[in-house]
Amino acid sequence: MTKTFPIAGMHCASCAVNIQRVLRKTPGVVAATVNYATEKANVEYDPAQTDEMKMGEAIKPLGYELVTEQQMDVVTEKKNNEVNRWKWKFIVGGVISVISIWGSFTGMNWGILLVLATISQFGVGWDFYKTTWASLQNRMANMDTLIAIGTSVAYGYSAAITLFGIKGEPYFDTSVTIIALIVLGKWLEARARGKTSEAIKRLMGLQPKTAKVIRGDREFEIRIDEIVVGDKIRVRPGEKVPVDGVVESGETSIDESMVTGESIPVYRHDGDAVIGGTLNTSGTIIFVAKKVGSETMLAQIIKLVEEAQASRAPIQKLVDVISGYFVPVVLMISVATFAGWYVFGPSTSSGLLGMLAGIAVLIIACPCALGLATPTALVVGTGLAAQHGILIKDAQNLEVAYKINHVIFDKTGTLTEGKPVVTDIKGGDEVLKLAASLEAGSEHPLARAILDAAEKAALKLERVEKFEGLAGEGVKGIINKKEYRLGKPLAETDEVKKMESEGKTVVVLGTKGKVLGVIAIADTVRETAKEAVAQLQKQKIEVSLLTGDNPRTAAAIAKQLGIKRYFAQVKPAADVGIAMATGTDVAMEAAGITLVNRDLKSIPLALKLSRSTLRTIKTNLFWAFAYNVVLIPVAALGILSPILASAAMATSSLSVVGNSLLLKKVKL
Amino acid sequence: MLTGALGLIGFIYWFFLGKRDEAGEITTNVKVKVAGGYSPALVRIPAGKEVTITLTRTDPTDCLEEFTIPDLKIKKSLPMGEEVVLKLKISKRGEYPWHCGMNMYHGKLIAV
Repeated sequence: MTKTFPIAGMHCASCAVNIQRVLRKTPGVVAATVNYATEKANVEYDPAQTDEMKMGEAIKPLGYELVTEQQMDVVTEKKNNEVNRWKWKFIVGGVISVISIWGSFTGMNWGILLVLATISQFGVGWDFYKTTWASLQNRMANMDTLIAIGTSVAYGYSAAITLFGIKGEPYFDTSVTIIALIVLGKWLEARARGKTSEAIKRLMGLQPKTAKVIRGDREFEIRIDEIVVGDKIRVRPGEKVPVDGVVESGETSIDESMVTGESIPVYRHDGDAVIGGTLNTSGTIIFVAKKVGSETMLAQIIKLVEEAQASRAPIQKLVDVISGYFVPVVLMISVATFAGWYVFGPSTSSGLLGMLAGIAVLIIACPCALGLATPTALVVGTGLAAQHGILIKDAQNLEVAYKINHVIFDKTGTLTEGKPVVTDIKGGDEVLKLAASLEAGSEHPLARAILDAAEKAALKLERVEKFEGLAGEGVKGIINKKEYRLGKPLAETDEVKKMESEGKTVVVLGTKGKVLGVIAIADTVRETAKEAVAQLQKQKIEVSLLTGDNPRTAAAIAKQLGIKRYFAQVKPAADVGIAMATGTDVAMEAAGITLVNRDLKSIPLALKLSRSTLRTIKTNLFWAFAYNVVLIPVAALGILSPILASAAMATSSLSVVGNSLLLKKVKL
Repeated sequence: MLTGALGLIGFIYWFFLGKRDEAGEITTNVKVKVAGGYSPALVRIPAGKEVTITLTRTDPTDCLEEFTIPDLKIKKSLPMGEEVVLKLKISKRGEYPWHCGMNMYHGKLIAV
């Protein structure tokens, strides 16, 4: 027996090799091949010796899951059913259509054609009637209403001719072909639409179902929703970290790419934070659960992405207005078309021509292309961004991000590591000791740098009396009955100027106006900063630096990074705020864009993605509008046959979804 | 013929665009039937209070499967025949339109 199973948890090609090896060793398995790209295993096995459960058990210790049919997500299954339903309808409708077209050319008996058309109209096309009826009860109409009316007219006309011997030619091929083509369009569209939300589905599938919790000295396997904060959880190599927490013992490297987009595995040991849904690769760790359920980083990411996908893009406004009138207006145009042809038509057959033109108008109108234009692109774009560790808050921010032409970086902690260190001390250990004593207890990053340096030099701090903070200038206090001041240089000596032009922050220790010593502190520039700045400039985006430092330090850092402009001590208002996630906290209410991966290079990426997404939305809207605006009049003039109209209509919404899916191909 | 056509056009206008949705009582618990649109399509709720909206879809139209209230950033999938419960609290008074996946069926929440 040969069967194909989806495998969950694969993250590299070597996973496929591992799974393959284990499956082949499982008793009862004759042959197994695992494909990483499709995330599926093709297994030939003896059902008497093994089954899905046993094979699943075999690969589970490796951290993978064999997805059996029973486990298949109910939603996905329903979706698949829906896609399949359309597929079968198309097969039946398509066969009838081919026979009818052939039949009308070869002069097939009208009675047979009528039977075929009836099956198509009320079998394949039944859903259109059902929806139309339900809509009419609410005095509403949608695309299905147009199709139901259009095909009914063609069918009714042909049936009347056949049954009552009215003079004329029946048009059975018209109604059956329209139905077949529209059903084909629906089938392909349902398939394509499923693909647009793949990114978020992947995120949702990241969290493992169970975890190994240590209680007392025993290890239990429990369901993920049973984990409580404070639980100790053991994670072995190849297993997934179930929830967020802090490592208590052990060390390992963890592949966080699926959650943060960070491609290089990170080293984690005691005291480090771990993120639920990520993959432990090398060692075994025991960690303490800190965030569970909806509090975890993964859950927050999923929530943010879902919200963004549900949000309204300002560009959508016009569509919202139009969509309220669209279908009734098309119905009116169709009636007017028929009447126009009937009254002003060229010949005796004007009534028939009018009817065909009226049907073409009903069929060609495609409100769904308009409706799908924005949301499909938004879903693909925000999903793609999330895969790279970029969380876009909503469509509005995306739309503004599209227009960004100037990025302002905050220096400390953004372009720099935010961990300043003392680089120069003029005046020896005594100066450092006094400075550290004055700064003792302060949490300011510069103070921390001085305290760290003093600790490293094993200096014993003095007691400070009458300590006083000098707003923005520094601090002062009395040590051994002498008053000291530590802060910004009061005089710009050459020495100070030189240090500042190297990008260092300088503080001076003085007493009674006399300089005792100088301490220079520098913050290391982030590795990715220079590259990020260069990438932004390549995208023709201006980059500036914002800092509370003095202009000379700012200039030095700016120069180091290739930034031309800097602002010292100003706070400009931003159109879109970009924040970096701290630890496992991504619920950043204020930020328009949150970088989960804390990688500065994500900023040019985020802007590029926003632009591509918005461009896709705009092209989608343009084509959807143009399509309706151009083709409805064309159809009214009788230039388009109803069959061609249905082909155009089926293509139009499909092309919108297809265009949105093209976003996935954007080079990032 | 022309009179007939004009009459039909007038009827279409009146039937689809001339209707007035009736908003019922202000309620904190409402059941919305999803079939060929939404009934009721206009729901009045008190601002600042938690309300429960239960949606049940009985119409197979694909686009009705998705239910979106963009201004509240809510998007729900409505499986056929299943009750989907939505709990929300709107603090700001105003109108919050909702629509289906393709923006063809519409409805509105009014927070008063």
